[in-house]
Amino acid sequence: MNMIKATSKKRKTSISYAKWGYLFIAPFFLTFAVFQLYPLMTTFYNSFFENYRIGLEHVGPNFVGLDNYKQVLIEGDLPKYFGNTAYIWILGFIPQIVVSLLLASWFTDLRLKLKAQGFFKTIIYMPNLIMAAAFSMLFFTLFSDNGPINDILMHLGRHEPFRFLSYAGSTRGLIALMNFLMWFGNTTILLMAAIMGIDTAMFESAQIDGANSWQIFTKITLPLIMPILVFVIITSLIGGIQMFDVPQILTDGSGGPNRSTMTLIMYLNKHLYSKNFGLAGAVSVLLFGITAVLSFGVFKVLLKDKQGGRE
Amino acid sequence: MAKTRTIGEETILHLRIRQTFAYIFLGILTFACLFPFYILIVNSTRAHPQIQKGFSFWIGQSFVNNLRNVLSNENLPVIRGVLNSLFISSMSALFSTYFSALTAFGIHAYDFRFKKALFSFILMIMMVPVQVSTLGFIQLMNTFHLMDTYFPLIVPTIAAPAVFFFMKQYMESILPVAIVEAARIDGAHEFYTFNKIVLPIMKPAMAVQGIFAFVTAWNNFFLPALIIETKEKKTLPILISQLRSADFLRFDMGQVYILITIAIIPVAIVYLFLSKFIIQGIAMGSVKG
Repeated sequence: MNMIKATSKKRKTSISYAKWGYLFIAPFFLTFAVFQLYPLMTTFYNSFFENYRIGLEHVGPNFVGLDNYKQVLIEGDLPKYFGNTAYIWILGFIPQIVVSLLLASWFTDLRLKLKAQGFFKTIIYMPNLIMAAAFSMLFFTLFSDNGPINDILMHLGRHEPFRFLSYAGSTRGLIALMNFLMWFGNTTILLMAAIMGIDTAMFESAQIDGANSWQIFTKITLPLIMPILVFVIITSLIGGIQMFDVPQILTDGSGGPNRSTMTLIMYLNKHLYSKNFGLAGAVSVLLFGITAVLSFGVFKVLLKDKQGGRE
Repeated sequence: MAKTRTIGEETILHLRIRQTFAYIFLGILTFACLFPFYILIVNSTRAHPQIQKGFSFWIGQSFVNNLRNVLSNENLPVIRGVLNSLFISSMSALFSTYFSALTAFGIHAYDFRFKKALFSFILMIMMVPVQVSTLGFIQLMNTFHLMDTYFPLIVPTIAAPAVFFFMKQYMESILPVAIVEAARIDGAHEFYTFNKIVLPIMKPAMAVQGIFAFVTAWNNFFLPALIIETKEKKTLPILISQLRSADFLRFDMGQVYILITIAIIPVAIVYLFLSKFIIQGIAMGSVKG
């Protein structure tokens, strides 16, 4: 039946087959609507109601307008947790982007001709696939008061163990270190792909003109990989906002010491777990706002790339 | 790429210095990436008293004993945990790759109204994290009586925007619409064309994304921890977090290290075998510079 249609309307096949297009994309959009869009709307709805538990008693849902927002933003500690998240993200991201740019430019440098590139790439990417919860648990045991790292430090001359998880600085540092180790390999490979996409004639003519490595990097490589660099920065920022597994396991959900490592999603998780749906709703909506703006940035980059690719 | 390149202004000596510096730096990074796993493997082979006594660079003989202890620990259903994680991860990988390819095919091969708008819509939602709608999601699962089941962890992976985007990129570079038209002239049903002609062509992309989807589900902690309550249904990351909450100092450290090993090392080994393929895959799906 379809065949007859196809042969009779050969030029316009695409039009008569439209229903198949709809049919094939239907599962995706249905699933999205039911499991993400609808829940997002009810999350918004929840944020305007007081709805929580005290012991066995359930309060609400009662409409309270913007009270939940006021409670998390002004009376609560959300700004503090936002600060924690941003601080830890920056602490991990700066070395991540610097090291990745350095490695990507080395790996693609034709004069440098580094050997065993495959080996290095394999190793640096590996932590990205490791279960973050297990990785964090591993760091917790390694850096515990009588763990292997302290054992090594004592052998090197320290008289008592350094209690890594008792200080805000070192706890944040450990989380940032894990984030760095888990992501710099991934970023390196993305940036390498971007650099290899540049026409080699560009580099050659620059060399003939007498440009040195630094000039080539800043004047040619960096401007040309800017779109992907922006992509990496924004996606990493969105990833940073989602920071959860590593600090949650490392501090056993406490965000200690003194809530200095409590991240936004850890706070959300806390309210979800204790079924404080009003406050959880307000936090979710605020997080949605931030990530939606950032996502729009990624969207712009991707769209530009698509249009660029067609030319 | 041009292989013969003039050294230009840079002297050989200068180049050697840069090379040496690069190797030293790469060596340090390699060490930083591998050292934690090295300690993990060493300590998983040592008994609790040995571990408490101090760190050693050499492996011990208690691996089997530690493994036996953790497997017979009634508070930690480890084998169940591994099987649960395997089941959820495989199903997620299957669902997300198959339906993403189907969606990508629908948009790639057919013309219909709102096609561009729908495509843009998927790109726009690609980066919005699921955590922001988790509250509504949990309530919905409560209404459907699906809490403490695997349904909420598997079925929603049908809508995986990032996997879709990768499939779409891949199809654009490899699948001419003419193939679909040829199949049509031969009398193939559209759905048959997708399953028997398009999917085999998409195999490399399906494999790469399947691996990523599997690993993502295997590592997932946030949602399963909120959904699963029954001990026997728990996945590996939940068991790890339980271990962290347990009175840690009184716990057998040999068992702690073994459980982390179980969660990490199989993935690492599979990765080492497929690394070339996986690393190509990361770059393939990304934006072009």
